[in-house]
Amino acid sequence: MKVIIIGGGPAGCEAAYRLANEGIQVDLIEKESTTGGHLNNWYQLFPDRKSAQEIGQLLRANLEHPNIRLHLNTEARNLQKTAAGRFSVLLSDQGLLEGDALLLTTGFKLFEAQRKEEYGYGIYNHVITSVELENLFSNHLLQLPEGKNPKRIGFIHCVGSRDEKIGNCHCSKLCCITAVKQAIEVREMLPEAEIFCFYMDMRMFGPGYEEMYREAQEKYNIKFVRGRLSEASETLDKQLVIKVEDTLIGKPLKMTLDLMVLMIGMEASEGSREAVRQLSLNQSPNGFIQSADPHYGTNRSNQKGIFLAGCSTAPMNLTDTLTDARSAACEIAAYLKQISSSK
Amino acid sequence: MYYDHFVLPFTIGLNVLIIFLIVKYIRWIRTFSRQEKKLILKGMFSVKTLKAIKETFLESLVHHKIFRTNPFLGYMHMCFALGWFLLIVMGKTESMVYHTSALNPPYFAIFFRYFHPANETFPYSNVFAFIMDLILLFILSGLFLALAKRISSRIVGLKKATRHRPLDLLILTVLWLIFPLRFLAESFTSGLRGGGSFLTHTAGDAFSTFLPLDALAYPAWWAYSSALGLFFLLLPFSRYMHIPTEIVYIFLKNWGIRQGKTFNAFSEIQVYSCSRCGICIDRCQLNTSLGLNDTQAVYFLKKIRHGRDYSVQQENCLMCGRCEASCPVDLRHNALRLSKRPDLIRITKDTYNYVKQLPFTPAKVAYFAGCMGHLTPGVIRAMRLLFQKAGVSYTFIDENGGVCCGRPMLLSGNQNAASVIVEKNKAILQASKAEILVTSCPICYKTFKEEYGLQMQVMHHTEYIDYLIQQHYLIPRPSEWRTVFHNPCELGRGSKVYAAPNRILQAVSQKINTPYDDENSLCCGGSLANTYISGAQRHRISTDALRIYTSYQPDVLVTACPLCKKTFAKKPDAIPVKDIAEIVAETC
Amino acid sequence: MTTLWGYSISETRSIDYDKNDKTFALYLAEKVPSSKLCIGCGSCTATCTAGNLTEFNIRKLQMLVKRGENQEALNNLSKCMLCGKCLLVCPRGVDTRKMILTLIQYLRK
Repeated sequence: MKVIIIGGGPAGCEAAYRLANEGIQVDLIEKESTTGGHLNNWYQLFPDRKSAQEIGQLLRANLEHPNIRLHLNTEARNLQKTAAGRFSVLLSDQGLLEGDALLLTTGFKLFEAQRKEEYGYGIYNHVITSVELENLFSNHLLQLPEGKNPKRIGFIHCVGSRDEKIGNCHCSKLCCITAVKQAIEVREMLPEAEIFCFYMDMRMFGPGYEEMYREAQEKYNIKFVRGRLSEASETLDKQLVIKVEDTLIGKPLKMTLDLMVLMIGMEASEGSREAVRQLSLNQSPNGFIQSADPHYGTNRSNQKGIFLAGCSTAPMNLTDTLTDARSAACEIAAYLKQISSSK
Repeated sequence: MYYDHFVLPFTIGLNVLIIFLIVKYIRWIRTFSRQEKKLILKGMFSVKTLKAIKETFLESLVHHKIFRTNPFLGYMHMCFALGWFLLIVMGKTESMVYHTSALNPPYFAIFFRYFHPANETFPYSNVFAFIMDLILLFILSGLFLALAKRISSRIVGLKKATRHRPLDLLILTVLWLIFPLRFLAESFTSGLRGGGSFLTHTAGDAFSTFLPLDALAYPAWWAYSSALGLFFLLLPFSRYMHIPTEIVYIFLKNWGIRQGKTFNAFSEIQVYSCSRCGICIDRCQLNTSLGLNDTQAVYFLKKIRHGRDYSVQQENCLMCGRCEASCPVDLRHNALRLSKRPDLIRITKDTYNYVKQLPFTPAKVAYFAGCMGHLTPGVIRAMRLLFQKAGVSYTFIDENGGVCCGRPMLLSGNQNAASVIVEKNKAILQASKAEILVTSCPICYKTFKEEYGLQMQVMHHTEYIDYLIQQHYLIPRPSEWRTVFHNPCELGRGSKVYAAPNRILQAVSQKINTPYDDENSLCCGGSLANTYISGAQRHRISTDALRIYTSYQPDVLVTACPLCKKTFAKKPDAIPVKDIAEIVAETC
Repeated sequence: MTTLWGYSISETRSIDYDKNDKTFALYLAEKVPSSKLCIGCGSCTATCTAGNLTEFNIRKLQMLVKRGENQEALNNLSKCMLCGKCLLVCPRGVDTRKMILTLIQYLRK
């Protein structure tokens, strides 16, 4: 029995490892030169500030398993369900894989911040994304392009999420807690700076998240303003002027910032969209792949033998992604057992 | 004296109609303002009258604008209008040549074949007979097309044709009967007594082989005269009022009368001038994208004309002006629609006093980004760069926020409030003492030009960039980008700026010409003028427009309006949408 | 103190939802269904020219209407210039401009 997994992010790696442990042969396809996906761009994880690279290495090490064949630098070009109910995958290196089940761990795509033009990403010097901030953390250097330390930093929640104006009505779920985590990290690097989070709702959904939010206020003196940014402009000395409403006071608020961090949201990846097209899968209105049932069939798709895990179905944090991958492995193992016994 | 009782229906009908029209037109024109009356008197004895005559010939008879949009439809309208006109002119000429006098009653020419069936020996009688038959054939061919259009509008290339009232269908039938009846009457008479030419003579001979023409010929003339008389009597109550009224409209328009902000007699004249050809229906994106086909200009005017409730129609319009650009009668649909929107906001002249004059550095050029321009900082950055590259000293007058130009208020029908905003803003703009005012927003641009009466030159940034390139202040290098240009409604059709953006794009990119260039550009769907449709419906319009533009596979879709740019940005994964200023900035 | 004298000199600060007149709110919900989508993010007020210079606060205004606080809601209605910027930034697609026009229409009736 053989399973083909498309996407070598955390979900793909974890599912591959769990399936291999069950004695199932796995082909794991990853378009990049290394596994780990978006995790590789992350410095520390919430809520415990564990090193992202540590988790990445653990997942990578697990792949050194005799049942796992890893295809790096390889793209899945053509996905097909054969007449016999098996699956064939044509690879970018012209290889052809066949398997009894298909697992789509095609992940997510980060929102392109320049699409939200009024926020000035790519136009003003001092606007960065949350991912770029993680890079700065990895390099242990948080400075403005002019070489100075920023004195006032603002985190803008919900950029590319919950916004019908750019066609994304869904919540990306992690940006709130990421902003809290990043604000704390910035505070540690810049004890003198003033740090603000501009939010619509604080969605602290995971264990320890609310506590982290509280800690951010109490211990790290992060200030939270309930209001969504409408637009930003730039002064002659490259400072940013932002406009929000402080909705809890009921007055518009103008503020200058030295650095603005856009908490960019998650969208369905190109891989997910392509898989939907090629395999006639159901798609949620937000573009992600729709699972067979929101309660009991989260890892199944509308097509028999095609399984889903991680952010291919919805925005998810790392914890949920890994849990989802194990759950998918369990579903696939049961499915393979069932088809082999019926033969 | 030539006379027979059967001419009575025609004569009575014609006289009643003429009296009715004269009274109606005089009553309308009497309500015109003193200034407008002066314009008419001044225009009447000027070259404008000649222009009006030319336009009347081209539009009321030849229907040259309909031809441009739809040759089939143009031909059909031309057959009726030009054909009938020629028939009258040639008939009159023929009767004058025969009679050697111009003073014969109108019916004499119309029923000439009854009174003088055979080709008698008057000069060129055979030629006349031939021409008259030719014209009749021409009209009958148009009638054939009209019949086909009634059966299926697609035959003549109309996806949607106008729906008419029963009375209009009745009079349509009467109109259609006129020419076949003339044909029959003339043919029967020719079969009996000779005369006619290739059409009526041949038909007469054929009919005589199997029809009792003795008994049929005279009733046929009665029928023809009755059809004419009935048509004239019904005309005031039908859409055919457009035939005489359109001519009045063309003259008044050429003499300088304009549709103002209120609905007045000139508006009434326009309402009556609509021929209900239905060309506006296919042009309207509310129809093509949303399937709404009760709100187009034709239906709006029809509802006004017949005293129906038009409250939905008055709001449900994008005011993109696509109907106006293709209207064969050249009616001012946007202004008409606006004049019917209610002015509800009660304010004082101090209401907007909260807007204060902001400090600025005086310069020859003033830049105004506009409200929405502040939501597209990419455009502002590009303009700053271009000013700098061209070495222009400028002042950014609404850098820290400004007043709305007043057009959105105007578009909502609230003219009083709009005029207060205009006064407020005008003072601020005038105080800048600039010579040129450059704006990035076509909405502001149109308003500054039309409503403000500023003591400075107003330019949209497309015009200004074009000027800078022409004068070699900017030297862009041509790029390999293939571009399609979406001309914003308020800039293109609204302000007639077509050449400047085209020149710019040809200079800096490989501009792809599409059928949606210039006055045929689409509405992005973001228009503020429509408060009736939902957000989802707007999105459908913009998705459709985007799909059409991107089907020409450009590398960049270029526009010149912050509102259009933002509206198009909603759809993910599309090809990039950029402002023309950004494209030029990238190539300078 | 007030109870000591048996009467109150200050008006109540609370919204008396039971007593408030909700016909205006119902009218708004019917004529502009998108007004129900507001999540109170304040983008509209932040971007509003009038909102930055006067007491006019479009987010608060429609909230007040929804709670039946009509008098307070309508105090500053005429300050709006209908420019439509709020419409462009609303993440929920509320037809803010139509909302204002509808409120004005209701007042004229």
